[in-house]
Amino acid sequence: MISAIVFIPLFAAVIFIFVSGKNVKFFKIASLAVSGFVFLLSIVPFIKFEAANPLPQFQEFSHWIGFGLNYRIGADGISLMLLLLTTFLAPLAIASSWNYIREREKEYYIMMLLLETGMLGVFVAQNLFLFYVFWEAMLIPMYFIIGIWGGKKRVYATLKFVLYTMFGSLLMLVGIFYLWKVSPNHSLYFYDLYSLKISDSTQILLFAAFALAFAIKVPIFPFHTWLPDAHTEAPTAGSVLLAAVLLKMGGYGFLRLAIPVFPEGFRLFSPYLIVLAIISIVYGAAMAFVQKDAKRLVAYSSVSHLGVIMLGIFIFTFKAYTGGIYQMLNHGLSTGALFLLVGMVYERTHTREMERLGGLARPLPLLSGFLMITVLSSIGLPGLNGFVGEFLVFMGSFEANKTVGIFAALGVILSAVYLLWMFQKVMQGKVKNEAYMKLPRMNLREILIMVPIVILYFWMGLYPKFFISKFEKSAKFMMEISSKTEIVQVIDGGGK
Amino acid sequence: MRELFWLIPLFPAFGAAFLILFGRVISRKLVSWLAPSLVGLSFLFSLLSYIQLNGVWVKELFSWIKVGNLSIPFALQFDPLSSIMAVTVSGVSFLIHIYSIGYMANDWGYNRYFAYLNLFTFSMLLLVLSANLPLMFIGWEGVGLCSYLLIGFWFEKDAAADAGKKAFIVNRIGDFGFLLGIFLLFTLFGNLSFNYINSHVSAVSPGIATAAALLLFVGATGKSAQLPLYIWLPDAMEGPTPVSALIHAATMVTAGVYMVSRLFPLYQHSGFALELVAWVGIITAIFAATIALAQNDIKRVLAYSTISQIGYMFAGVGVGAVAAGMFHLFTHAFFKSLLFLCAGAVIHGVGTNDMRKMGGLRKAMPVTFWTFLIAALTISGIPGFSAFFSKDEILKEAYLSGHKWIWAIGVITAGLTAFYIFRLIFMTFYGEYRGEGHPHEAPKVMLIPMSILALFSIIGGWFPKSFAHYLSPLGYIKVIEASHSLEIYLLGASLILAIIGIYIAWLVYVKRKGKGWNFGFVYRVIYGKYYVDELYNFLFVTPYRKGSELINRYFDKGVIDRTVEGSGEAALGGGNLLSKLQTGLLKDYGLWMATGIIIGLFLAIRSLL
Repeated sequence: MISAIVFIPLFAAVIFIFVSGKNVKFFKIASLAVSGFVFLLSIVPFIKFEAANPLPQFQEFSHWIGFGLNYRIGADGISLMLLLLTTFLAPLAIASSWNYIREREKEYYIMMLLLETGMLGVFVAQNLFLFYVFWEAMLIPMYFIIGIWGGKKRVYATLKFVLYTMFGSLLMLVGIFYLWKVSPNHSLYFYDLYSLKISDSTQILLFAAFALAFAIKVPIFPFHTWLPDAHTEAPTAGSVLLAAVLLKMGGYGFLRLAIPVFPEGFRLFSPYLIVLAIISIVYGAAMAFVQKDAKRLVAYSSVSHLGVIMLGIFIFTFKAYTGGIYQMLNHGLSTGALFLLVGMVYERTHTREMERLGGLARPLPLLSGFLMITVLSSIGLPGLNGFVGEFLVFMGSFEANKTVGIFAALGVILSAVYLLWMFQKVMQGKVKNEAYMKLPRMNLREILIMVPIVILYFWMGLYPKFFISKFEKSAKFMMEISSKTEIVQVIDGGGK
Repeated sequence: MRELFWLIPLFPAFGAAFLILFGRVISRKLVSWLAPSLVGLSFLFSLLSYIQLNGVWVKELFSWIKVGNLSIPFALQFDPLSSIMAVTVSGVSFLIHIYSIGYMANDWGYNRYFAYLNLFTFSMLLLVLSANLPLMFIGWEGVGLCSYLLIGFWFEKDAAADAGKKAFIVNRIGDFGFLLGIFLLFTLFGNLSFNYINSHVSAVSPGIATAAALLLFVGATGKSAQLPLYIWLPDAMEGPTPVSALIHAATMVTAGVYMVSRLFPLYQHSGFALELVAWVGIITAIFAATIALAQNDIKRVLAYSTISQIGYMFAGVGVGAVAAGMFHLFTHAFFKSLLFLCAGAVIHGVGTNDMRKMGGLRKAMPVTFWTFLIAALTISGIPGFSAFFSKDEILKEAYLSGHKWIWAIGVITAGLTAFYIFRLIFMTFYGEYRGEGHPHEAPKVMLIPMSILALFSIIGGWFPKSFAHYLSPLGYIKVIEASHSLEIYLLGASLILAIIGIYIAWLVYVKRKGKGWNFGFVYRVIYGKYYVDELYNFLFVTPYRKGSELINRYFDKGVIDRTVEGSGEAALGGGNLLSKLQTGLLKDYGLWMATGIIIGLFLAIRSLL
């Protein structure tokens, strides 16, 4: 079941290779159909999922390479929601590319499908080695998507992104080898790793290695500078998936691996990580406020919002942790939508410089409406999705530590400052350029991309239980696993 | 109605959703019928529920947020306090919907306007009917959103867009406090329903109750435009005038007073918080009243007047007289929305907000003149008019509870109020017309709501029993009986000052035709609104922007990003990463990278094995 969801895009991509590149329409429709089908397919595990069982369900296992390097996938509640987020957004991202991508369409859609497989794999892998394979494999299509279809500084941006991420991954790989060596039967199954007894000092080292890889991916301040460049240069769909899905992998890595496998390491580092998360919230917001390029602004807003998510995970109270996971989904929707909308504006005006935009609400009322509701979702207006996540994270943080809660909640003010500022610059005021009055309005394709997202804003904001109940038990279970304290037996021999 | 009162906010919610989805394809005529009728239904349901109400009705619709020990039901509550608010809000909103049909008749955004107005009414009703704090917060921020949307309704005007944004952000600063207050209350009580908190306050220490109460009050100063967060309200006058009447006078801005009344036992338990509420209220009252003395924009005078009157309400609640505060909230809803609607009729008739370009409108706009005069007499506290009862109730309670200074400031403010409102009347309706064109009376669809409100401005204070009596089922409203002679003496003071205020206004603006009215420096400071906006810009806005710009340039790009690039260069054998990157020799880097990874892995594995 899950395997089918993960690999159908890959198979489709392979078939695409044998179709003539001239057949542009085929690639558009076929890739949309494939990703749409994958989304529908992913609803099946969502329905069949037993919310009371916190463990990975729908498990599939094969020996693959052997020596513990097995193929094992499955989904617990957390994986399930991230899987669904990915399959939901992939068709929307593909549909958003139809007009935007006007060269080498065949390769582009192949890359998008490969990317989907890579992303899905990361969230459902239950074996650390498999996780790593997906983690790295996903970089390749992203590298090409930014590097080929990106903006002017795309080569610089894509190299910075890939090298930076790989640098982090390298340290993680070292850690993986270590775990492979010490684990009984070389098992890299996550739930075997959770029961490993590793000495405190080794835990600290390994946690640092994993944490660095994940912190770069999130990104947490001060590892964030690749993000604005990558976002700004990426084509719209690239930015959407980068923000909505790829950034979640860092947070996912923390909660799935770094924290539960090395709880002592986490315990040592958590105060610093909490501080970095708060700095990310405030710093990202301040930097977003002074950007001139709308896309860069949204990119920095991600730094701020990811700070909220990471705070929820690092502060490690049940409310905040659950809220952090929920906020991953919310951020995926609202920031994905922000990139989609900025992309729609760019396709029309060919600029993202906010100084050159303005007054677009008059010629583009519907687009303006969608941007408004998305801004509201993003700044956490109660009644919409973003509020629920932020509320839980802030409340959970406040309960754990009042000072942390107070500083974190500052994000409530700052996000309103920069996003309303952006809305005003782009949509309000007099139309800067007379030609803008004749801009084409949103077409049906664009409307159909936005409508499902907006429905989810309300659904997730007014009836969060429907979603939270799916992963609540898994979240609780992950926290309990991560709270194991006693070390019964030291098995690593102290590292010579 | 007990089983149906939860429908009250849903009618306008349906209207808002319908108009937002289909507003672009349906006719104005349909909108003109639909939007007011739905609010009318809310009013009808509120009124019927009010009549049938006995005790406290709570209706839980579904579970909204439930995580761990946090459980927030989507529950509505109809009780004496919320019923007054629901009736007032839906009633005034209904009248203003009608008025807007005339006022907005020629606007290109007609349907959008009514969508927002319905959305506002829904949010406000949700705010007042919610049974717990987080649910109230949906309404609380929802009305803020509608305020933002409606202030910036004419978004092509930069001033309107700026004012809307300012309102939202200043309110968010308040809401930051409000949120922290919610968090603190949850850590204290583990439950966020009003009834639970109110009945368990004695379980916590007064000190911590103070902290929670004050955090929530920060939100109230934002929403209700009190010191120090009042600065957004005068700018909010950029919105259409009916919006100013509904949102920025009658309903939304009084939400803070309602919230404090709702959680009165918490404030009372704290003691200090209640005292502070009273002082912030009365100081805001006199502060804003002095600014109103010197403004020439008719709507700004009324905006500062609103700030000042809400100050009275807080003062009332703060001295322990919830009933008096709520009473004044009730009468204020009529006379202040009437003042705005009249001002709207004047602006509609002469095409400007500047009172220096008005004058002599008495003859051209007789109905507007008379209704305006009724509202002015009401706010001045002339006996018989509704605010006479409510304002003096507040002052009396202040005096009796031992807050003699608050009483004294309140009395002086009453004099200032009478002066600025009659200055407005005289500048607008007396003397010679100083503007251009021919002023004309407003259409009937505007005059009828104005007349109804005028009626309520007069009779809105004629209650057979005191407000306290009606609110007493809440269990925390006390009824103080003053001796008759003391009451007369207390009333006399503010009445005399009010008459003096009207007289001076007449002297300066009718007899001397506004000449010689200049106190030099003092006048300039008041006219410049004490330069508070400038001060805030200097202290907060500019440093944040400039500081962020500097950090962005010198730290984010200069230090962090340089370090990243620098280490990249170093890792790649000291090559100049940037210039080489631009040559596009990707395979070189790939090779280096692969080599690095292999060496790294080799070393790592060897050390392990």
